[in-house]
Amino acid sequence: MNTNNAPPPVGSNQPPKMTARGVNVFYGAKQAIKNVSLDVRADEVTAFIGPSGCGKSTFLRCFNRMNDTVDSARVEGEIKLDETDIYAASMDVVQLRARVGMVFQKPNPFPKSIYENIAYGPRIHGLAANKTDMDGIVEGSLRRAGLWEEVKDRLGESGTAMSGGQQQRLCIARAIAVDPEVILMDEPCSALDPIATARIEELIDDLRGKYAIIIVTHNMQQAARVSQKTAFFHLGTMVEYGDTSTIFTNPSEGRTKDYITGRYG
Amino acid sequence: MATLASSTAMPVEREPTDWSSTRMQRRIARRYAAERNFRFLGLAALGLAASFLVFLLFTIVRDGWTGFLNTEVRVAVTYEPAILGLDAGRIAATADPAARRAAFRQADFAGLMLAASEQLGDFDSVVSEGAWLALRDRLEADPALLGQTEQVWVPVRSTIDLLNKGKFDLEAPEISRGVSDRDIRAWQALEAQGKLRTGFNGIFLSTADSTVPELAGIWGAALGSLLTLLVTIAVSFPVGVGAAIWLEEFAPRNRWTDIIEVSINNLAAVPSIIFGLLGLAVFLNVFGMPRSAPLVGGLTLALMTLPVIVISTRVAIKSVPPSIRDAALGIGASPIQVVFQHVVPLALPGILTGTIIGIARALGETAPLLLIGMRAFVVDTPQGFTQPATVLPVQVFLWSDDVARGFIEKTSAAIMVLMMILIAMNSVAIYLRNKFERRW
Repeated sequence: MNTNNAPPPVGSNQPPKMTARGVNVFYGAKQAIKNVSLDVRADEVTAFIGPSGCGKSTFLRCFNRMNDTVDSARVEGEIKLDETDIYAASMDVVQLRARVGMVFQKPNPFPKSIYENIAYGPRIHGLAANKTDMDGIVEGSLRRAGLWEEVKDRLGESGTAMSGGQQQRLCIARAIAVDPEVILMDEPCSALDPIATARIEELIDDLRGKYAIIIVTHNMQQAARVSQKTAFFHLGTMVEYGDTSTIFTNPSEGRTKDYITGRYG
Repeated sequence: MATLASSTAMPVEREPTDWSSTRMQRRIARRYAAERNFRFLGLAALGLAASFLVFLLFTIVRDGWTGFLNTEVRVAVTYEPAILGLDAGRIAATADPAARRAAFRQADFAGLMLAASEQLGDFDSVVSEGAWLALRDRLEADPALLGQTEQVWVPVRSTIDLLNKGKFDLEAPEISRGVSDRDIRAWQALEAQGKLRTGFNGIFLSTADSTVPELAGIWGAALGSLLTLLVTIAVSFPVGVGAAIWLEEFAPRNRWTDIIEVSINNLAAVPSIIFGLLGLAVFLNVFGMPRSAPLVGGLTLALMTLPVIVISTRVAIKSVPPSIRDAALGIGASPIQVVFQHVVPLALPGILTGTIIGIARALGETAPLLLIGMRAFVVDTPQGFTQPATVLPVQVFLWSDDVARGFIEKTSAAIMVLMMILIAMNSVAIYLRNKFERRW
């Protein structure tokens, strides 16, 4: 297991990749997120932790506007990707989701071949000029997701026939294939066994630096292991946000401390 | 509960449960009896349904299988140019097939048949009044036969045919027997001379309706059904699937879409004859389309099938797991791409099954077609979508209504053809569902 809790490497004084300012999310009349502001840096893994129903997944889904698909959801405030407001009228949601990829809680490969799972995104975005290009993208994405050696001889087999952990890495490879700048991960290990979880965590560590990563997790140890920044959510508010090492060793808020020490959650 | 527990200081002492007491034994026996009775009732219901089905199929096949056979009588025919009014030289010189066809149409084959049947002497009445058609077909296929003599098998009258198939009780008195002594004598004599044969009924499978049973065929109605269903599929499948996709994936949820949804569900339950009235009022009276035509029948049945297709397509789309939509949206697929590249392909087995069930229902539908004139007596096989035609179930209805005894077996035989087409369509539905079914 790779326990990399070292302080963020060089480049931290770059402008943040994504910024959220005063974000409120409503489901109908119910407010799910209350006035949350934070920065996501390009070279870091940011973890959202908190008890069930605290709004961390809802907040995550604001970053690629997946909440648009929920009829009753309404987002206020400002979220910027490289200084561009992603909720502006001129923003093309399809382009945004190509730049901000997502990995879901339950592995959800398409019921197609492994190759087709990876190739689909590049194809709809016109990223490959020909078959050779596409083969290169598929191989590169699978390699980066650490899946190439396991599947290179059976690219034609169905993506749904693999084990859960492999499926989740396939989903990560699928997200990588579109060459995003940010990857959102919504509890990517909650449906996996500990060994598959460890592999995903290693993978997240390998991907750090190349992509800005935001990960939502139930598992505080996981947040401690993979992230450099941690945000603690409770009842729709962000209670505390800071360096992971500080949050876990010396939280400034009592609620954070109670949650991390397991007094509730 | 909580107050009760706290008010009594000590829980009430209970006797240990005696599982072998008579009371318990009786309870267990009752439970077993209930399970046994339910099993018996279920099996009885199943057995009853199965016996109805077997009885139905048995009756139809028993009455109908002889419809696929017919009796023919052998006569020697000399293709006399003088009787026919045909000239061998002229026929050979006519290169244009249409003109040649017209010449054969004008020739007096009925007279030729009459002359030929005289050799049967007293029994000349056994020959079917439409038997000359067989002679025309022979000569048209091979004009060199003109002037030649050959032995030809021609169909007999329906009564002789039925006699030969043993459909009459010969012991009964003539008045209640349904067949005259004269016909019986003719049949017996010809049978003794070896001039009758029973074989596969090519006429039944290749011609359209006729006033006489021995010449009536199912092909016209089958072709009419095919043309009608083509129109039905062409209209109801794209419109129904498109409407379902829009309602399920793109339509806003508001009062209007709620009203549309309720209306569609109600339309699926509207009696089919109402759709016939609608077709009559709209397609015939307002748009002035031709009566009895497969085009109008198909449109009317399409209206009836639409709600079924919309509902089954919506169910199929709903059953596609939302995680697939998320996955596609998450890598930047547009809504159209999500629907047509992921949701619809996964919903296809359900969509196709629903559509084929709807179409199969349309195939068996009679009532709405009666109202738009498809119960007409049509002796020609339909040549196009606007030509008069009838369909299989209407043909069954017409024949079952006919007084001529020979139509009894035709009715059952037509039902067999209809059911075979239905079984074939359902098999296709099952095949398509299994072919496109994907598991995840």
